[in-house]
Amino acid sequence: MSGGNGGNGGLVQLTKKDFTSDQEVRWCPGCGDYAILAAVQSFMPELGIPRENIVFVSGIGCAARFPYYMQTYGLHSIHGRAPAIATGLATARPDLSVWVVSGDGDALSIGGNHLIHALRRNVNLKILLFNNRIYGLTKGQYSPTSERGKVTKSTPMGSVDHPFNPVSIAIAAEATFVARAIDTDKHGLSDVLRAAAAHKGAAFVEILQNCNIYNDGAWDVVRDNKENRLLLQEGQEIRWGDRGVRMLPDGTLEVVDASVGGLLVHDPARSDPGLAFALGRLTVESLGAVPLGVFRSVDRPAYEESVHAQIAAAQEKRGEGDLAALLTGGDTWTIA
Amino acid sequence: MPKQVEKLERVIIRFAGDSGDGMQLTGDRFTSETAILGNDLATFPDFPAEIRAPAGSIPGVSGFQVHFADHDILTPGDRPDVLVAMNPAALKANIKDIPKGATIIVDRDAFTNRNLQKAGYEASPLDDGSLTDYHVHQVGLTSMTVEALKEVEGITPREAERSKNFFALGLMSWLYNRPIEPTLDFIGTKFAKRAEIADANRRALKAGWNYGETSEDFAVSYEIAPAKLPAGRYRQITGNAALGYGLIAAAKLSKLPLFLGAYPITPASSILEDLAARKDFGVVTFQAEDEIAAAGSALGAAFGGALGVTISAGPGIVLKAETIGLAISMELPLVVVDVQRAGPATGMPTKPEQTDLLMVLHGRNGESPVPVVAAYSPSHCFHAAIEAVRIALTYRTPVYLLSDAALANGSEPWLIPDVADLPDISTTFATGPNDGDRFLPYLRDDQSLARPWAVPGTPGLEHRLGGLEKADVTGNISYDPENHDLMTRIRARKVAGIASDLPELEVDDPDGDAKVLVISWGSTYGPIGAAVKRVRESGLQVAQAHFVHLNPLPRNTGDVLRRYERVLLPEMNLGQLASLLRAEFLVDVASYTKVRGRPFQSAELADAITAMVRT
Repeated sequence: MSGGNGGNGGLVQLTKKDFTSDQEVRWCPGCGDYAILAAVQSFMPELGIPRENIVFVSGIGCAARFPYYMQTYGLHSIHGRAPAIATGLATARPDLSVWVVSGDGDALSIGGNHLIHALRRNVNLKILLFNNRIYGLTKGQYSPTSERGKVTKSTPMGSVDHPFNPVSIAIAAEATFVARAIDTDKHGLSDVLRAAAAHKGAAFVEILQNCNIYNDGAWDVVRDNKENRLLLQEGQEIRWGDRGVRMLPDGTLEVVDASVGGLLVHDPARSDPGLAFALGRLTVESLGAVPLGVFRSVDRPAYEESVHAQIAAAQEKRGEGDLAALLTGGDTWTIA
Repeated sequence: MPKQVEKLERVIIRFAGDSGDGMQLTGDRFTSETAILGNDLATFPDFPAEIRAPAGSIPGVSGFQVHFADHDILTPGDRPDVLVAMNPAALKANIKDIPKGATIIVDRDAFTNRNLQKAGYEASPLDDGSLTDYHVHQVGLTSMTVEALKEVEGITPREAERSKNFFALGLMSWLYNRPIEPTLDFIGTKFAKRAEIADANRRALKAGWNYGETSEDFAVSYEIAPAKLPAGRYRQITGNAALGYGLIAAAKLSKLPLFLGAYPITPASSILEDLAARKDFGVVTFQAEDEIAAAGSALGAAFGGALGVTISAGPGIVLKAETIGLAISMELPLVVVDVQRAGPATGMPTKPEQTDLLMVLHGRNGESPVPVVAAYSPSHCFHAAIEAVRIALTYRTPVYLLSDAALANGSEPWLIPDVADLPDISTTFATGPNDGDRFLPYLRDDQSLARPWAVPGTPGLEHRLGGLEKADVTGNISYDPENHDLMTRIRARKVAGIASDLPELEVDDPDGDAKVLVISWGSTYGPIGAAVKRVRESGLQVAQAHFVHLNPLPRNTGDVLRRYERVLLPEMNLGQLASLLRAEFLVDVASYTKVRGRPFQSAELADAITAMVRT
């Protein structure tokens, strides 16, 4: 945990190496987290933000080790609590770039409450949810994103729980930015990270990540089979290969041969979240593809911005607080 | 013909009525009038957790007791000299506390068959002779209020009736010669948006005063001379208000921005509300989604270099335990305020208890020491808050600050401190490497054992903190057995070492030859102090010592305990501090305990102390 080579001050011409800490990375060989770490470390210099102004906050789980490997400020906190802790940090320090790294159990099970409230408040956090559909660190129990019927150590006869769709949760929680990417798709992941970083307020990114030990192949259908990737691009028709997506009069989506026309054109800035929600629920089973990219990106004031605006307004109106005046305010009397 | 005026040394009045009758407001205004006259005073608001329990029912009774005197007093008083009962339920709920010979003023109009029934009276106590041992004044509070307001336009008959609390206040103000001008001003501000309601309340107040002056039912009024208190400027203050001011002051004194993470909970919520109103001090208040996030956000803010504070009561504190554990491991400053209330579980939300002591000391996984500071009076909450912050900043540790429901809502006159006399509790952030060109986050100060506080934004000090065990000095993750043993002992030694920086336990033993020592901590300071006074006045000798710091304990604690033949420790729990002192110092500390959700009465404590002194 040595601090390294002094600050980089205003001169911000960093490389991936500058964001690599001296700590040995201890994920299982073959884990999807390696690819995500490499992509994030490579992407960070693009931000042009000095390392000392970046903080990675995590909860507990395999993904939560992430901050130790980033040569930035970092907190490896409590299971599920990273969004809450990061909310305090980002609100106290709006000057920082705060990133939250979480997993499906951490963010959607024990920390579900903190996640949804950070999203609705639109705290300026970049929240990366590594979804491998399993509890890895505790050695293979089913998670809130595991499919129904999943046989794991804690569900020997198959899970009877219905899973969450992280993108649905985020949109329902009033998130202003919702995206999805794949761990090994460095290009697609970097594009999404770039858009998330540029977004004002909470940005939620689901990263489909492979746990090769306890849930190997969970995302093969889109991770390996690239033809099943539907990339959402602003202003472009929603299509992949020779197929495309149309909306029926009742609002449901249908897959058609792209040549028939009338395809939906993707608009992440659409104020109504309904279409983004519907797109987020498309799967290989329902659509024959998994949508990737930015589902939703809309403007709303960032939480900490509004908090500090109120403070500034109060100080503008009443002047900066004077302690002696505060203590002697109200009815007082003097004893000689 | 002017009525006779008698002088009294002290009076205890209890206002009681339905929770919709405005008894807290009435009590509060009477207290303000009393404060301005320079009496010493102490108050005890006692109200149900329900906002509006069924009208006229016993559970819906809300009370406000005020004790005022021409001398220094320590408690809101044991048993009222005067009970103002706005309805039969208020009478029934309180009569057992009223000593024979006391005065009872009732709203005669409220003693209807229906109200009597709701209170569970078979016959009216005003007629059945059950109150013959009291001086009862049956006053038509409601009817006279309505009569006095008949010329006020724009108010409904129901609204006119609701002004009866101001009529009662006017009457009591006359009876005890309190000035009503401040309340007339207050009404103007409070009801600024409805001029006709303000008008009604002012008229009711004056009508009540005039009724006292003219009615033959009240032959005598009373005066209580100002108390001889230290010179200076005073204000009346509740514990929660003082605590909030203390946090604001501590932020100023430490030159750090104050960040409060909180979730609404009785009886702590008003601290959140008070601080939310002080944005001019740059205070950030974050009303979190739950108690866990309230604590977590405060810790996150602390990592960012803010003064992180979270407040709650027992049921919320249990949820914060994991965050406090993380703060211990990360060695970051964090102040956790526990305004204790009766438990377990939801318990009795508005009632005081001291039952969280063992929880805050031990209620976490692992060896996880936390310093504990306890406030002893409403105004002491101010100074205790500054002390808690001082310890947190100096030693980079979470600190518990204990208050309770009695202190939170109770009030007393406060000699407003001069800001220049408040302690300097400023701290420093790490600005550069501390080991050659390296930054070692767990390289400690030799004296305090505190580690450097390096906040994001500081170039070159990028480091990662977590809840995994850290290697000594470097802070890197370590599973080394010897290192864990070492770090566990360092964390314990750091907190234990705070004792060297605390004042010694003071003993009040006027003649120096008392055989019995009485110990107090927290809000029992008042009743125990008053009891000790009584015992001494009866010619017996007893020593008293009060703990503000409960972890670590003052370094001379063992010496003090061993100096006396017998030690008595009254607590509003089942003997929590007593068991700690017995375990730590092998002294036979005797416990005296009550968990009624009410402060001790000094009389019962005086009896207990006397019994011990005499045996």
